[in-house]
Amino acid sequence: MNSSQILVGVLSFISILGAMYVVLSKNPVHSVLALILTFFSISAHYVVLNAQFLSVVNLIVYAGAIMVLFLFVLMLLNLNKDSEPQKPKMASIAAAIAAGLLLVVMVAAIKDSADRIYHNTVEDVGLVKSLGKLLFTKYLVPFELSGILFLAAMVGAVLLGKRDKQNEEEMTNTVTETGGTDNG
Amino acid sequence: MDNSIFNSVEISQYIYLSCVLFAIGLFGVLYRRNAIVLLMCIELMLNAVNLLFAAFSSYMGDNNGQLFVFFIMVVAAAEAAVGLAILVMMYRNTRSTDVSLMDNLKG
Repeated sequence: MNSSQILVGVLSFISILGAMYVVLSKNPVHSVLALILTFFSISAHYVVLNAQFLSVVNLIVYAGAIMVLFLFVLMLLNLNKDSEPQKPKMASIAAAIAAGLLLVVMVAAIKDSADRIYHNTVEDVGLVKSLGKLLFTKYLVPFELSGILFLAAMVGAVLLGKRDKQNEEEMTNTVTETGGTDNG
Repeated sequence: MDNSIFNSVEISQYIYLSCVLFAIGLFGVLYRRNAIVLLMCIELMLNAVNLLFAAFSSYMGDNNGQLFVFFIMVVAAAEAAVGLAILVMMYRNTRSTDVSLMDNLKG
């Protein structure tokens, strides 16, 4: 067992432990922090796999942007407490059985593809230069389409997050504790 | 290029890791009721797929797989933004993020 095997093993252990804690922790803030730990370990996996660009993008986009968004919503809605009702025992057993069966099916389906890969010795896999060249030639149209997708998602998020006027009037007539107005 | 990792670590280890992470994410989606934890579990499943894409791409020396990961990240970011906006709207209506309360269409 050499050093790289130990490194990959430790990183895999951290990933699985963090993922378990995301699911099992009662407090949502602890879940977010455990998910950030998992994303960091997956970024480390990308470094080990010689995919530097993906590693940095994973850190910036997932651990930086998306997780901050999650934390922000948690704090905004004041959900940082253990407020989840207890589920019946049957539900957890059924969920565990379903997930375990899916695990067995997926491993059985994908496992054989490990023998079928062939190794190319290309020098610059995963570097920014080669990925950028590919992104702006072969994948130019999907790249532009993803820009449009972002625009649509942004407009949708703003529209969904906006209070409509009718609800606003009802709310200010009945309750004033919502904090919708700045003077409160 | 340091090639030692590809010789000493089998790709099947990454296959197992990705499958386990995906199954944990699915367990969370089935088990938890808090909508924000559900969204986090979906992100976890997307990351498991990303890891498998990156592993195969690196082992085969093919850049296309890593660009696929890039596009999955784009879609995940858009999905998180819209999902959290829906969650905020749901919280405004029901004062809770419990997904078992959202059964209005049951009839």
